[in-house]
Amino acid sequence: MSKKTLIVIGNGMVGHHFLEQFTASAAATGFQIIVFGEEKQLAYDRVHLSEYFGGSTHADLAMGTLEWYSEQGIQLHLNEQVTGINREARRVTTSRGSYHYDKLVLATGSYPFVPPITGNDHPHCLVYRTLDDLDAIRTSAEGARTGVVVGGGLLGLEAANALKCLGLEAHVVEFAPRLMPVQLDTDGGALLRRKIEELGVQVHTEKATTSIVDGESARLRMNFSDQSFLETDLIVFSAGIRPQDALARASGLEIGERGGIVIDNQCTTSDPHVHAIGECALWEQKIYGLVAPGYTMARTLSAALNGDRETAFTGADMSTKLKLLGVDVGSIGDAHAQTPGARNIRFNDEQAGHYRRMVISEDGKTLLGAILVGDNSHYDTLLQYALNGITLPENPETLILPESQGGVPALGPDALPETASICSCHNVTKGDICGAIDAGCSDLGSVKAETRASTGCGGCTALLKNVVDNELEKRGVEVSKDLCEHFPHSRQELFHLVKVNGIRTFRALISQHGKGHGCDICKPAVASILATCWNEHILATDHVPLQDTNDTFMANMQKNGTYSIVPRIPGGEITPDKLIVLGQVAKEYDLYTKITGGQRVDLFGATLSQLPEIWEKLIAAGFETGHAYGKSLRTVKSCVGNTWCRYGVQDSVGMAIRLEDRYKGLRAPHKVKMAVSGCTRECAEAQSKDFGVIATENGWNLYVCGNGGMRPRHGDLFATDLSDEALIRTIDRVVMFYVRTADRLQRTSVWMENLEGGLEYLKEVVLEDSLGIGEELEQHMENLVGTYQCEWKTAVEDPEKRKRFREFVNAPSQSDPEQEWTIERGQRRPALESV
Amino acid sequence: MKARTRWDEVCTVDDLVPESGVAVWTEDGPVAVFYLPHRLPALFAISHSDPFSGANVLARGITGDLKGEPVVASPLYKQHFSLRTGLCLEDDSVRVKVYPVLLDGDRIRLEVPVIQHESIAA
Ligand SMILES: Cc1cc2nc3c(=O)[nH]c(=O)nc-3n(C[C@H](O)[C@H](O)[C@H](O)COP(=O)(O)OP(=O)(O)OC[C@H]3O[C@@H](n4cnc5c(N)ncnc54)[C@H](O)[C@@H]3O)c2cc1C
Ligand code: HEM
Ligand code: SF4
Ligand code: SF4
Repeated sequence: MSKKTLIVIGNGMVGHHFLEQFTASAAATGFQIIVFGEEKQLAYDRVHLSEYFGGSTHADLAMGTLEWYSEQGIQLHLNEQVTGINREARRVTTSRGSYHYDKLVLATGSYPFVPPITGNDHPHCLVYRTLDDLDAIRTSAEGARTGVVVGGGLLGLEAANALKCLGLEAHVVEFAPRLMPVQLDTDGGALLRRKIEELGVQVHTEKATTSIVDGESARLRMNFSDQSFLETDLIVFSAGIRPQDALARASGLEIGERGGIVIDNQCTTSDPHVHAIGECALWEQKIYGLVAPGYTMARTLSAALNGDRETAFTGADMSTKLKLLGVDVGSIGDAHAQTPGARNIRFNDEQAGHYRRMVISEDGKTLLGAILVGDNSHYDTLLQYALNGITLPENPETLILPESQGGVPALGPDALPETASICSCHNVTKGDICGAIDAGCSDLGSVKAETRASTGCGGCTALLKNVVDNELEKRGVEVSKDLCEHFPHSRQELFHLVKVNGIRTFRALISQHGKGHGCDICKPAVASILATCWNEHILATDHVPLQDTNDTFMANMQKNGTYSIVPRIPGGEITPDKLIVLGQVAKEYDLYTKITGGQRVDLFGATLSQLPEIWEKLIAAGFETGHAYGKSLRTVKSCVGNTWCRYGVQDSVGMAIRLEDRYKGLRAPHKVKMAVSGCTRECAEAQSKDFGVIATENGWNLYVCGNGGMRPRHGDLFATDLSDEALIRTIDRVVMFYVRTADRLQRTSVWMENLEGGLEYLKEVVLEDSLGIGEELEQHMENLVGTYQCEWKTAVEDPEKRKRFREFVNAPSQSDPEQEWTIERGQRRPALESV
Repeated sequence: MKARTRWDEVCTVDDLVPESGVAVWTEDGPVAVFYLPHRLPALFAISHSDPFSGANVLARGITGDLKGEPVVASPLYKQHFSLRTGLCLEDDSVRVKVYPVLLDGDRIRLEVPVIQHESIAA
């Protein structure tokens, strides 16, 4: 039987998804598939397009591979635009030829709308839709200082962020009175604007551009209808998208009044042999500018081509959750309360920068829509209420109030119905997930592989994990605490085994209590336990192969295989002489030099074989290793304190140095940071550290288990008005208790959150000695402090250990050919790989 | 036609670090040689270049076994490479070069391809 021909026009996200669905179905065997894509590249993830500026390549963003296409027997014609459709003859013409079809699928997406403004065809007027567009923006940004985005919607703000990342001063010009007019209301838009302006993007609302002419201080000048103007070097238009329906229009297919190829519930156009899916399609007068509805259309069409008339496209949810320039924004359902009788509940904390609005039905029972700005943590719960019509609690406002004001924690996974949609990109419900688990999936990874949940935009990752964990727990699956396949024990259990049985090597531990030869998970974890228990040099023969490269070579490996050097500068205090030595060494070895946030100096770009020489020089000048590579104490940051500061009440620098000298080198489950402030003004930001010390009139207040970074946590006030000695005794005990009981790679903040009994329990153990181990903890710490050695000093003095630092053991003078350099702002840095 | 190869001496046993790797320079570029004394065979050699970063770092990764397969973990982005086949366990479209390696007395020899201009001269 000769095959029929199916032609797909457009190799974008939806076109590709359709091919994935269709080739896996029974009907595929009856068709020869031909795909035309106008872009040079294979279909890629447009949703994450901006990551191209963050360093992702086309290969990272690609949705499939050329091999996959050839395995499926698909004829792929990239860089070949379809120029006409002849529906009578059932042929398409392209820039290179003419082809017959039996079935035709239009997946042509949309194109950016550029408003008809005089001068909009200037070479520095650009759009933001394809990889080629981004290349053009990057080229235009060279030598540019400022950039303007026309359009303050979702994509416009993303483009503004991209301009900012390219180092330009970014402006957003919006015609409407507020940002994201479609998704947000006045208050939400105002808050978003404030936050975005704080990030350095200038927002101009209610501006209608009338013309673009040559500028005086920059390449271009934009004139506005209110007589004002703005000069800029480049302009990115992001004023909305229009369905790419030109081919369909020219061939006489039915087109909507405002564009879009009209389709029915099976994605068929006015011609039964022609179908349309994705952003080019118009369903019940609606265009969907998001990827999830496009995917649903693709699945529907694949089903229809397999003779399934039941599956139908019935519209899609347009809720969105995103982070724009780092600001959370969420919009759900009927955000503008257009349903008759709808009522609003608003929560607006201008201080914290959080705005939340719920739109509820007249009877107060269901959630119709919502707007969130500044904090999306309520999004998942609200979306589930809205999508599944779950009856609202009696006081619905509790859903958006902060917990301290009577807010209720998020909806638990148990409360979700089986039909609740967890992943909208791949249309996976809670029921599908339970099904996958019942069919044998026993962890998150296999559920993802089986259902594809959370492999689209990734927005549902946290929710998915919650559901999976909860379902596994319900089925009595113990979520395994085993370290890895080699040890059926948690880190804490291994710690006890090592300590109680006096085990001193990895080999002894694995042969007595594990199996196999170990891996990169258990080896460093055991090395850390051995170091805490016995404090032997980390380059002792038995320990070398256990360590991460950073520990083995006592320096942090950088992306090109070179290392950084961070000498300890206790409390951030340094003499001019020592500072000069740092400069001299950096100059001699051409090391990139940067001041860290931990009040010391980081020297980058040393090769393996240079490390011992450099350290020899630094040690001779009185420096010690800073352990920037270790899971151990980093720095004790301090403010200048009462020796200089007119507000200071204690010597914060002195205390910081004392603490840093005491705890330096201590191996812990994860890195530990400390800080000391000289008065309550808290200039050292001590409350964001694992251990924060703040001076009082009477002594020191101690805060524990704070954290900065990705998941900031305020330290908990642990004890007040401590004397110097009491402070150190207390920190000794908390640190040791943490080292003994925490999991592998668990920071103190997470340890505290998982500690049964929490802060109160820790106070009992440490301050009241409820377990009777206080003295033992202190004694253990004393031993560690007593056996401290500067690892670099020991290493450079030992020829055997120095041997490890040869780049190539058989060619001492051979330098690494892969290391290429370039000069930036007067210093050497790795050249980015040229592609 | 069979490509010509040669068994080059690259280092001695004393240069090796038990349970870990060292880098050697060969005519075929940098190679990582691993010595795992608790396995048979105990010697493995793969390219030193990490295909995910392009940096010459694989000798500096942690060795071990996963489901019995001897592996090294890239010190940069932590993918595992089989020391027997060079295959990346996380992404089977990626493979690093593997070199036959043997112990000759106390010398370590690698089988490396003979580069073109030499074979013409020979
Ligand atoms: C920067 C950015 C961020 C986004 N963020 C999100 C987000 O967070 N969430 C979300 O859901 N959506 C987002 N989107 C929207 C999402 O990318 C689109 O919904 C999705 O790509 C639509 O898929 P499509 O296949 O319909 O169209 P496209 O991906 O545009 O594919 C259409 C393809 O057809 C080709 N084509 C057109 N005409 C022809 C012709 N005549 N001959 C040959 N080929 C032709 C085009 O060149 C194009 O490659 C974003 C879009 C952009 C640009
Ligand atoms: C997963 C999260 C993190 C990773 C992987 C990470 C990694 C690193 C690395 C590798 C270095 C050493 C740089 C070098 O010398 O090569 C470093 C230094 C530093 N990091 Fe992080 N870091 C993380 C989180 C944080 C957080 C949350 C903060 C602050 C709140 C932070 C603040 C610092 C500071 C101040 C330094 C310099 C410290 C010093 O002087 O030694 N880091 N980080
Ligand atoms: S914390 Fe207090 S003592 Fe320290 S610098 Fe600030 S004001 Fe001065
Ligand atoms: S934030 Fe930390 S991990 Fe991220 S790039 Fe900077 S130094 Fe690296």
